[in-house]
Amino acid sequence: MTRRPKLAVWKFSSCDGCQLQLLDLEDDLLALADAVQVAVFLEATRATAPGPYDLSLVEGSITTAADAARIRTIRRQSRVLVAIGACATAGGIQALKNLADAAEWVRAVYPRPEHIATLATSTAIADHVPVDLELRGCPVDRHQLLEVVSALLAGRRPALPRTAVCTECKRAGHPCVTVAAGTPCLGPVTQAGCGALCPRVGRGCYGCFGPKETPNLPALTAQYAALGRTSAEITLALRLYNADAAPFREEARRHDPPHQG
Amino acid sequence: MRGSVCGLLPAEDIQALVDALRARGHAVIAPVVDGGVLALAEVANADAIAAGWTAEQTPGRYRLTRRADSLRFATGPTALPWKRFLHPPETLLFRARRDGDDFAVTETPPAPRPQALLGLLPCDLAAVARLDEAMAGDALYQARRQATLLVAVTCAEAAATCFCTSLGTGPAVAGPCDLALSELPGRGLLVEARSAAGEAIAAALPLTAAEDRDFADRDAIAARTAAAQTRRLPADVAGVLRRAVEHPRWQAVADRCLTCGNCTSQCPTCFCSTVEDATSLDGATAERRRVWDGCFSLDFSYVVGGPVRQSAAARYRHWITHKLSTWHDQFGTSGCVGCGRCIAWCPVGIDITEEAAILAAAEEREAAP
Repeated sequence: MTRRPKLAVWKFSSCDGCQLQLLDLEDDLLALADAVQVAVFLEATRATAPGPYDLSLVEGSITTAADAARIRTIRRQSRVLVAIGACATAGGIQALKNLADAAEWVRAVYPRPEHIATLATSTAIADHVPVDLELRGCPVDRHQLLEVVSALLAGRRPALPRTAVCTECKRAGHPCVTVAAGTPCLGPVTQAGCGALCPRVGRGCYGCFGPKETPNLPALTAQYAALGRTSAEITLALRLYNADAAPFREEARRHDPPHQG
Repeated sequence: MRGSVCGLLPAEDIQALVDALRARGHAVIAPVVDGGVLALAEVANADAIAAGWTAEQTPGRYRLTRRADSLRFATGPTALPWKRFLHPPETLLFRARRDGDDFAVTETPPAPRPQALLGLLPCDLAAVARLDEAMAGDALYQARRQATLLVAVTCAEAAATCFCTSLGTGPAVAGPCDLALSELPGRGLLVEARSAAGEAIAAALPLTAAEDRDFADRDAIAARTAAAQTRRLPADVAGVLRRAVEHPRWQAVADRCLTCGNCTSQCPTCFCSTVEDATSLDGATAERRRVWDGCFSLDFSYVVGGPVRQSAAARYRHWITHKLSTWHDQFGTSGCVGCGRCIAWCPVGIDITEEAAILAAAEEREAAP
C-alpha cells in the first residue's frame, strides 16, 4: 500500500470556522480520513505527528511576531501550502485594525494593555511566505475544500472559479437583486464559490469571498451611489471580512480618504 | 402567414392546451411569477401561468408590474431566457470508474424528458433557431431540442429595452414553431398549428372556427407592439463593428463594465460553455460536467501562457462583435434577437443599442467631408 499523504491543519488569528468546514464534510469525512493521514488537526484530535507534511491547510491571519515566525516553520515543512479563508487570504475582519492606530485600540479595550504583544497589522499568509493556493470565503466553502484535497490527490488542477458571484446566481436561475429590487450587491465584484448564498434569498452579496478576477470597484460603487447609498455606506460595505484585500481597500479609501493630521 | 390548422380557444379553456401537451408526455414550461420576476417553471395547472403581469424594463432595472388586463403572455421578455431548458447551465457529461489502468463509463446523460415551451415570444423563438444553428453538432443539445415542442405567442407588450424590429425577429410569430398563439382580448386564444405535432395538439382542443378578423387582430397586435419600440440598432451594425476594432469607445465601456458576465448568462443565444472535471478522494471515480462560460471570464480566452483577452475592453468588444457582426460570418444571421435582456439585466445598465449607435455615429462623423 502506498503511503497516504500527510495532512496538517494550522490555525493563526481566526475563529476556527474554516477548519470546522472540514468536520462539516460529514458524508465525506470517512473517505477523507482514508485518503490522507491526518497528522495535525487540533479541532479533530489532540494527537499530532511530526512533519514534513504533504498538504498544509492554513487558517487565520498573522497578527503577532510569534505567528510570523511559526508560519515560516510551517512553510518549510509543507510540500503544498493552501491558505484557507478570508483571514488567511486577506487578513480577515481583524485587518480593520490596519486602518487604525492598533496601539490605541489595545489601550481602549484591555485593562492591562501591557500583556498584549501584537503586531500593528493583521495580514494574509501570502504576505509572509509563498502560498500555493488560496481558498476564499468567510468561511470557506466545504465543497471547495474537498475539491482542493481531491484535486491534489489526483494530481489535477482544482476547479475553483475566479469569476463573479453573478455566474453562480445566473446558473441557479436567481434573479439579480440589484436589477429586480434595487438592492445593492457586491456580487459583480466578488469571487464565486459560496453558491450565491445571500442573493438566492434576496439579499445583496456581502463579499465574503473577496475580489473576483479583474473587479471593477469604481463602476459598482457608482451604481451603489445611483441606488442612493452614501460614501459612508459604501465604505462600510467594503470594510468587512475582506477589508484589506487590495481592490476593496483602495475603493473604500477613495470613499473615505484618510484624515489629514 | 396562417397555420395549417387554426381556431379560437376560449381564454377559460387554456387548461385544455396544457392538458393536451401533458397528455402527449410533455412537461409544460411557462412564465410564472416567482421571486418578484416573471420566471419560467413547469406548470400542470394553467392557473399557475402568470396572468395580468408584465415588467417595466430599462437599463439595469426590472420591476414586475400589474397589467390593466389579465392577458397571460403580454409579459415582455421573461426575466430568465428559455435557453436553460435546451442548454442547461450545468450538464453531467459522464461519470466513470477506474478499472485498472483504464476506466469504465458508468453514467451518461439520461434521455431528455419531452417538454413544451409554452409562451415563447417571437424573439425567444428566434433565439431557439440561433441555438439550433450554433449547437448543430452538439448531440446533447439536439436530443433535448428534438424532445421539445415550441409554443410561441404574438408579442403584445414591448418593454423599453426591446428592439426586435431591428432584427426582424418579432413581434409577429414568423419563425418555425409547433403552435403559434395570439391572445385576442374578449375572444380568447387564436391557435395556429405550424407543424405536424402542432396539428395533432390543435386537433385535441375545443377550437371554434377562426375568422379573417381574428388574423387581422393578430397582425394589429404585432403592429402595435412594433410601433411601441423605442430602441433600434443602426443600419449595417455588422459592418460598423467590423471596422471598429480599434476605437476609444471600447475603453469608455470598459470603465463601466463589471465583467460580471450577466449579459452572457441573460442572452438567449450565448451558448458557450467550459468543461470541469471532478475526482473522488479515493481516485476511484471521476465525472465531467459542462457548465456555462462566456466572453467575460478570463479563463474563457485562456491559451498556453494566459488569457488572450485580459482587458475588459477586449472582452466587451469580443462579445458585442460576435453577437452583432461575426455571427453573420459564422451563421449567416445576427446573433442578437433584440430581446433587450442584456440591457435590463446589466447591473450598471450598459446598453448594446447605445454602444452600437455611438460607434456608428462616430464612423459617420469621420466619413463626413
